[in-house]
Amino acid sequence: MSDPARETEAETKARRGRNIALALGLFLFVILIFVVTIVRLKGNVAQVF
Amino acid sequence: MAMATAPSDARAPARWQDFIQLLKPRVMSLVVFTGLTGLVAAGRPINPILAAVAILCIAVGAGASGALNMWYDADIDAMMRRTRGRPVPAGRVQGADAAGLGVVLSLFAVMLMGMALNWLAAGLLAFTIVFYAVVYTMWLKRSTAQNIVIGGLAGALPPVIGWAAATGQAPLNAWLLCAIIFMWTPPHFWALSLYTTEDYARAGVPMMPVVKGAAATRRQILIYSCLVTPLGVLPAFTGLGGLAYLAVSTVGGLVFLLLAVRLFRSHAGESPDPRMDDGLYDVRAGAKDARNLFAFSILYMTLLFATLLVEHLAGLHPLQLFHPLQLFQ
Repeated sequence: MSDPARETEAETKARRGRNIALALGLFLFVILIFVVTIVRLKGNVAQVF
Repeated sequence: MAMATAPSDARAPARWQDFIQLLKPRVMSLVVFTGLTGLVAAGRPINPILAAVAILCIAVGAGASGALNMWYDADIDAMMRRTRGRPVPAGRVQGADAAGLGVVLSLFAVMLMGMALNWLAAGLLAFTIVFYAVVYTMWLKRSTAQNIVIGGLAGALPPVIGWAAATGQAPLNAWLLCAIIFMWTPPHFWALSLYTTEDYARAGVPMMPVVKGAAATRRQILIYSCLVTPLGVLPAFTGLGGLAYLAVSTVGGLVFLLLAVRLFRSHAGESPDPRMDDGLYDVRAGAKDARNLFAFSILYMTLLFATLLVEHLAGLHPLQLFHPLQLFQ
């Protein structure tokens, strides 16, 4: 791992880009799991009634 | 194995786009296309959100296989013009990071497929990833000239995964789509390798033209072309394709065969034919027959699956000429 204090501007920019991409990916994954849960739940409830 | 990375001083910092490149987006798009065709051709109504999740899982699973492949094959990739700019051999991404991304995405894709759709589709997806990353990449690719024949199964399975995601079953019609891609893979890749022989020889990959020579490769291409073209027409007779599919697969198959015969009669791949640049389609005159078959094979496969997809989305009735025999039902 590179030392943040010694990072060049390009390295800092690249690291920030990776962090934003990772955060966005995790956020979308959480939303995806939530939506899938609702869809599956709705299907199972419909089967019961 | 993946040990060939540039010294750390020479490394440019890894951008997020490099990690996307590890997933082989072009391969992902092909896999999405064939997986979607399987899912739609299954003909069972499915919640559109779950259908999208199934396709996403197939795409991510394929991307994960690509990342694992790029991690393990970094040494080979570094020696080939076509692949030396990839993130790991170029030193932008560490091999361990590529491997980690591949493993994590594989787990996410398989688990999500199992929980959101069904475990048959998840199992087939897991099998596909392991087959591509372990059986093909780690074993077959470096050990036999039949590498892409057997390894082609990984690329052929997405329609079956899509079908299984929609129905929870994998009937013979789904495996027929798999068989078409499986038989199409050798002529497609060997046509390409006929004019990239130098790259493969330098990297020590035992591709057919390197091991058996150009003449044997052209003969094998013709044999597989004779197998894939009738197989390509078969869905029109098994309750899968309609009249449009019959027409497209017949005409496309005849052109495919014509180009394969031309390639068989040519001398493509016999004399050293260093490619003029890094483009896949720029070759010397002697290898043009190989280039033509390679380019048409992509169009052929695209047309077959696009026609099936359109027919099923438009609700056109399949021909079912073999229906009384119940061959594929």
